[in-house]
Order: sequence, then structure tokens, then C-alpha cells
Amino acid sequence: MKSVLKRIVGTIPVLIGVVLLIFIMLRIIPGNAAAVLLGEHVDQATIDRLTQSMGLNDPVIVQFFKYIGNALQGDLGESYRYSRPVTEMILEAFPYTVELALLAALFAWVLGLAAGVVAAIRQNRLLDRLFMGASLMGVSMPIFMTSLLLQYFLAFRLEWFPLTMEQGSLVSMVLPAIALGWNSAGSVARMTRSSLIEVMQADYIDTARAKGLGRRAVILGHALKNSMLPVITMMALQLSSMLSGAVITESVFAIPGIGRLATTAINNRDMPVLQGTVLFTTVLVIAGNLLADLLYGVLDPRIRKEV
Amino acid sequence: MENEQNVLEIRGLRSYFFTEKGTVPAVDGIDLDIPRGKIVGLVGESGCGKSMTAKSIMGLLRAPGRIAGGSVLFEGRDLARLSDRELRRICGRDISMVFQEPMTSLNPVLKVGRQVRETLLVHDRSLNKQEARRQVIEMFAKVGIPEPERRYDCYPHELSGGLRQRVMIAMAMVCRPKLLIADEPTTALDVTIEAQILRLMRQLRDETGMSVLIITHNLGVVAELCDLVYVMYAGRIVEQAETFDLFDHTAHPYTRGLLASIPRIGANPDRLHTIPGVVPNLLHLPKGCAFCNRCELADEACRTASPELVEVGPRHKARCLRCQKGGNA
Repeated sequence: MKSVLKRIVGTIPVLIGVVLLIFIMLRIIPGNAAAVLLGEHVDQATIDRLTQSMGLNDPVIVQFFKYIGNALQGDLGESYRYSRPVTEMILEAFPYTVELALLAALFAWVLGLAAGVVAAIRQNRLLDRLFMGASLMGVSMPIFMTSLLLQYFLAFRLEWFPLTMEQGSLVSMVLPAIALGWNSAGSVARMTRSSLIEVMQADYIDTARAKGLGRRAVILGHALKNSMLPVITMMALQLSSMLSGAVITESVFAIPGIGRLATTAINNRDMPVLQGTVLFTTVLVIAGNLLADLLYGVLDPRIRKEV
Repeated sequence: MENEQNVLEIRGLRSYFFTEKGTVPAVDGIDLDIPRGKIVGLVGESGCGKSMTAKSIMGLLRAPGRIAGGSVLFEGRDLARLSDRELRRICGRDISMVFQEPMTSLNPVLKVGRQVRETLLVHDRSLNKQEARRQVIEMFAKVGIPEPERRYDCYPHELSGGLRQRVMIAMAMVCRPKLLIADEPTTALDVTIEAQILRLMRQLRDETGMSVLIITHNLGVVAELCDLVYVMYAGRIVEQAETFDLFDHTAHPYTRGLLASIPRIGANPDRLHTIPGVVPNLLHLPKGCAFCNRCELADEACRTASPELVEVGPRHKARCLRCQKGGNA
């Protein structure tokens, strides 16, 4: 328990560093938010007045501490464009992203693990080559292409699925989930396969066989748990990256999630929203890493002691 | 015909590695008997095929290695011809194995008690877990693991090397096997622990009447423990005898080399004897006797004809032309 707490405390400096970095980077980008906000046909005086009232003339360091102080209280500022609290906008978009991410993860992991295990057992045989070929395609195909292909064939041609997301329809999330999960399924399959093959060479596998365990019992009871260590890390990272908003998938399938929120914010030079989404997703990624570390301990008693 | 006296009879066993460079005859036609209740030693340098022999018995060879011929008779059944499923029913229950490296032979993510219990459960489905746990703890106590109740819930990394090897022995003994195969069980341990483990194995044999096949490169272990010895070189048996006979009437020059390599207190203090040369590449064995290139006694005949394993004394055989000509070379 103490070690878990230590890990959590250890993430605080990382968070502060990340906020600072985001803050500086967004200040470096040229363009005045006030000018963008007001549109083309306004005079300089109006722009100056708005700039002043938005606090954009304050020294960066003052802006930074103001921001941190507010963020700690859950206030990420107000959208320039929509004049709504950023926190509210993020919380509104997040459920869509969560739904998409969970579906994609489910698809990727079930498929990836199954394919990886089968490929490892059938090493260098037909099924192995088939699955590894497919996973290579999964790993190397860009998401926008997968998305468009799925949309074209399964939605437009065959009309099995709706083209874009529809409110409250789980079926309409199937294609986006596949598109987003495809890459991850490929990496999980490949990692599972190689890890399992490596573990199967270990001495304790001979011990298990010498005890009289059959192939299935050896793989499920002895090899899989050991081989999952690197795979779990990857899965946690995948999940946190999916939760951080699948920018492309959400755009292609018109899903109003975190990724969409961020891209729209960029287009609108809506700095508070952009800043908020980046901060929010950073926290998610850090949480994902933390989760992976903790899961490691659950799986491997040797690590449990060291952490 | 299987002899009632023997628990295991190996006849003409050949286990080969089928590699791209050619076929490696790691075990090349060996005969080996393990009498009931006896401890048999299988001795040789690294790479002579002794571990391959053990793995062949247990069906643990990995591709590209496999049994290419011969038989392994156990209770009237040829283990070399059983399906994997049938062989698994025998392994762990009737024949069990202790491996060389206690550090890596236990699964690091499972509690040791559970790993031993699994052996019981896989061979007796009617056994409940509490009863199995009780039997495991009893076996832990028997193999000299202190505080067996507490150790049951330990992970391998929480135990010392000696304790882990005791866990391995408990795992091998828990189903009361008829034959225990120990592949260099003490090589990874320090000397005091080695003596303890060897004593434990003999004590278990005395109590249960099981047979033991102990694989080692250490003739000291053989002298300590074994009733019979087989000496292996380049995939073949080169000498076999009762232990005392082997030490008193050593026939094969290779066995002599091994004996001379044991450091003794008081004797030749300046140099440690070694056998010149290295184990031959099994892909390119010499034409005659496999040992001829390293043998001080080798003559022209040794380089051309491959010797047979012949009787050189009562229950004592050797594979050497010099022995055949005039008794002990």
C-alpha cells in the first residue's frame, strides 16, 4: 500500500513539468487569440482592449500560476469561442471517447491475445504465418486508411453499419472501434507471440511438463502469466492513448469526443480548450502508466517487493 | 524381454538433433538398465549426451531434437512410442525429474506450495485442495524444509538455492515415483548444501525403495551415492560397472582421465590433471574410436575401427580396443 502511494506521489513532479511545457508551447505559437476571436473586421483598439481583459498581457509566469491554481480547483478556464467552462466541455466529450476506447480495446485485446497465443503454439505453421501477416498489416496500416476502407466497404457498399456515429447507437460505434483497435490488435498479437515463444523456452516449462502437465495446462497455467508482463505494459499505454482521444478516428466518424474537441480548438485558436484537453489527456497517460506499473506487481511477485 | 529386476530399460536409444548443418547424434544407441531400488550414475563431460538421455526418457526433447530410434521400457511400455498424453500420465507420478538449476526451474510467478501441489492434483483429480496442501507440507517437512507451513506460501525468489532444490525434490517425490531422474541436482549449489542434498536423496531412496538415475559430471558424487555407473562419451556408453569396480578396476582410458581429474588432498599438488583436447564435434566424429584423438594409448587400430562395448570383468563393460586385447589397458 505504501509503495502504491509512493508511486502516486511520484507522478506529481511529472504533471507540473508537463503543464509548464504545454503552457510554454502554446505561448510560442504565433497568433493573438483576441484577434481570432473578434474576426476580421475590427480595429486594433478593440483587439487591444479584449487582449487586456483576457489577461493575455500579463507576464507568462503570472498566467501560469493563475492557471495552475485554477486547474487544481477543477477550473480549466473558459472557451474563447463558446464562452463555456472548458471542464464542462471536456466532461461532455469524454464519455464518447471512453465508449470508443473501451470498445476498441476490447476488440484489439481479445483478437490480439487470441491470435498471438495461437500463433505462438503453431509457430512457423500456416496459422502463425496467416495471423502474423494480418497483424503486420494491422501495425503498418495508418488509421485514416483503415477508417476509410471500413467506411467504404462495410458502411457505404454493404450498408451493414452506419457511416458515422449516431447518438445512442452502439452499432454505429463498431466501425470506429475496429478502425481504432486494428493497430493495437496487431501489436498485441505480435508481442504476445514473441513473448510466449520466449517463455516457452524457460526451464520451468520443462519442470511443468515433467510434472505431467499437458500442453494446454502448461501454456495457460505456467507460460501465459509470465509472458503477459510486457504485453500488459503495452496494453495500458494503448488504453491511455485511446482515451486521450483518437483524433483521426473521431474526425472520420464524426464522434464528438476529446480528439474532436482538441482539433476544433486548434482550428479556432481556442487556447483554453486546447490547453485543457492536453492537460486532461496527459493525466490519463500518467494514470495509464501507473496502472501498468501496479499491474506488473500483481502479476510478478518479484517486482511487488521492489517497488 | 523386460527384466523384472529393472524398473527402466533403455535399448539402443538414439536421440538426434536434425539441424541444417546435418544430423547431430547427441545420443547414439545407448543401452542402460536401472535396477529397482538402486542409484545409477550417468557420468560424462558437458555435451556428451547425458542430459539428452534424461530428456528423452521424459519426452522433453525440443525441436530440432527428437528420438530417432530405440526404446525406453518402463513397466512393459515403450515410453519412446507413447503419445504425449500417455507419457504425461507417467511423468510426475511414476517417473519424476529434478533439474540442474533450482533458480530457473521453478515458475517465478507462482507460490512454491502451489507448484508442488499441482503435481498431486494433475495425477489425482479426486484429491481436494486442502488434502493436497496437507500432503505437500508433509513432503516439505520430509525433504528438510524448515517451517514448511510458512514456505508453502513463498515465491521462489524468497528462498535460497538449497531450499529451492529441496522444493524441486519435494515436487519430484510428492507422488512417490518409482524412478527419480536427477539431472546434475547439485551443480548449482555450494559444497555444504551439495552434501546435504545428496544425503537427502539417498535417505529418500532407502525409505521409499525407489530407483534413482543421477546425471553428473562429478565422480565424487558417484562415489558418494551410486550403486552402478555408466560413463558416457560423445553420445555413447564407454564404460559401465558397479561403482566400487569402476574405481578399483577402471578400464577405459577416458574414465581414468575423469578419475585423475578429481583433485585430491595431498596428491600432485602442483597441477590439476586434465584430459587433453576437447569433446569432439558430433558432426565430425573421428572414424575410429571417438576418444582416439585425446587418448594417450591410441594406436593405428584405434583410429580406424570403432570398438564395441564388451565385457571386461564381471558386470563390467568397456568400449575400448586396448581393453579387449589384454584386459585392462
